[in-house]
Amino acid sequence: MTIDITTTRGMSSGTGPEHKSSGAAANATAAVSLRDVNVSFGKHRVVRDVTLDLVRNRVTALVGPSGCGKTTILRAINRLHDDTGGKVTGQVLVGDLDVYARDTQPELVRSRVGMVFQRPNPFPTMSIFGNVVAGLRLNGVRSKSVLREAAEAALHHAALWDLVKDRLDSPAVKLSGGQQQRLCIARALAVEPEVLLMDEPCSSLDPIATAKIEELITHLATDVTIGLVTHNMFQATRVSDYTAVFLLGDDRATGELVEYGTTKTIFNSPRDPRTKAYVSGEVG
Amino acid sequence: MSTTVFPAGADDVADAIGTRRELVRDSARRSLARRRYWGRFAIALCVVAVAVSLAPLVALVAYTTSRGIRAVSWSFLTHAPTPPGIPGGGISNAIVGSLIIVGLAVAMAVPVGTMCALFLVERRGRLAGALRFAADVLTGVPSIALGIFAYAVLIGPGSLIGHFSGLAGSFALAVLMLPIVIRASESAMRSVPRDLWEAGLALGVRRSRVVRSVVLRGALPGLVTGNLLAVARAVGETAPLFVTILGASLVVTNPLQPMNALPYTIYSLATQPTSAAQQIAWGTAFVLLVLVLALSVVARFVSARLNRQAR
Repeated sequence: MTIDITTTRGMSSGTGPEHKSSGAAANATAAVSLRDVNVSFGKHRVVRDVTLDLVRNRVTALVGPSGCGKTTILRAINRLHDDTGGKVTGQVLVGDLDVYARDTQPELVRSRVGMVFQRPNPFPTMSIFGNVVAGLRLNGVRSKSVLREAAEAALHHAALWDLVKDRLDSPAVKLSGGQQQRLCIARALAVEPEVLLMDEPCSSLDPIATAKIEELITHLATDVTIGLVTHNMFQATRVSDYTAVFLLGDDRATGELVEYGTTKTIFNSPRDPRTKAYVSGEVG
Repeated sequence: MSTTVFPAGADDVADAIGTRRELVRDSARRSLARRRYWGRFAIALCVVAVAVSLAPLVALVAYTTSRGIRAVSWSFLTHAPTPPGIPGGGISNAIVGSLIIVGLAVAMAVPVGTMCALFLVERRGRLAGALRFAADVLTGVPSIALGIFAYAVLIGPGSLIGHFSGLAGSFALAVLMLPIVIRASESAMRSVPRDLWEAGLALGVRRSRVVRSVVLRGALPGLVTGNLLAVARAVGETAPLFVTILGASLVVTNPLQPMNALPYTIYSLATQPTSAAQQIAWGTAFVLLVLVLALSVVARFVSARLNRQAR
């Protein structure tokens, strides 16, 4: 049984699934499992046949060049394609919840799967506190004490508490870019998701702010499963436990998962020659 | 549903997280039915609002068409009116008058309005603020007041022309169009990214050239739409014409003479007691409606086309 390492149908290298001994069953360690997931927009298939697990309470990096479907796959996990006209086929499981089952409500999926975007996007009309508890309020949590407690915990988690505890009521947009991004992380964490999706969360930040977010990511992974899209391979090696490499397929239009494994394996001894070429910086 | 994701013996932090996670999940599940219900309710409200706002439009177009289309024929469009009591006759005097009056109004309002918009986009400061405010105020001025203004400047005793004329009507309509042109053009020009402006300047291009090649070209779809909508508004405007063009039962092409126009014809004939006159008024209303509709369609078509070219 494959635990940590899953291979895709699209793999052409001929190697069988890598075996790695582990006591647990696959479902116990996978917080998110994707099976044969395809995403298309109109006639254009953006990414095909992705089978991938996000291991519980670990960081999985999705790396690859632009346009190969990493972000598309990430957004398929919390059904963000529902409103943008993307069509998702295949199966996505978050825990035991079948994300695309007929009677699954997207709101419930999203209350279990948080997301952080490329650019910090705090709600500009809300205070710092208002931003952090926005998800809770929208999910019907009214109790002041619960909100307060959750906000404090989330801000602690996002390493922002000491910085903002005295000005929780000031507008969120007064924070710096890096702080705003940490606020967005706190906002996502306040709902206590089991999975946190991060779509190039550092791409608009300076190196110091980036270092802080990266440190945060490694800490968060003790409680939350993280899927991290990044185009920065050094970032993948710094923060992730597992790495999934996406590249454009032979048709040069559809992205596919080329190789998935522990970050160490991917960067030190990749099996697929295309992975090797990509991580060594020869292509992409 | 798995109750907790943490193994037994996890520390207090994990416990707190697990508890809160359950609480949020529970709350989300419980509130979802209510949220869905209100969501559907809100969508229903939107549908009702759309229906309520569309109904008068549809009714108006349908009624005007059903009453007016009978009067319309080729000779209706190409002949001048006959004297009262004699059957036949058309509205060519009003069509020609409207085209000339509105054409001249466009010739006055569009260049001035576009330049004002350019000024607003390029400068921020007291003068620009005052101009923008003035344009907003002008939008709110009743159109009859604009007509009286045109009367005072061009028609009344001691004024520039001294008698009723199509040109005076054009002037009134131009003043009416001006704020619409200014604000529409300004927002069209603002939609051209600042980066492009700077990219042009950074190539050593002169400002005036950047304005022409980058700003005006980039804003062109919006400019065309905005101006055509202003024209559509002016074509149907009646009040300023009451006090300026006087009316004429022959085809007049000299804008310094009194002229007729479509909305003016509608008003003067619709208030006549004879059914023949009222029939012509309905026909004229239908022609005006089609004209305005055509302008809107052309505006959309042209801007879509220009947009495609820009991509």
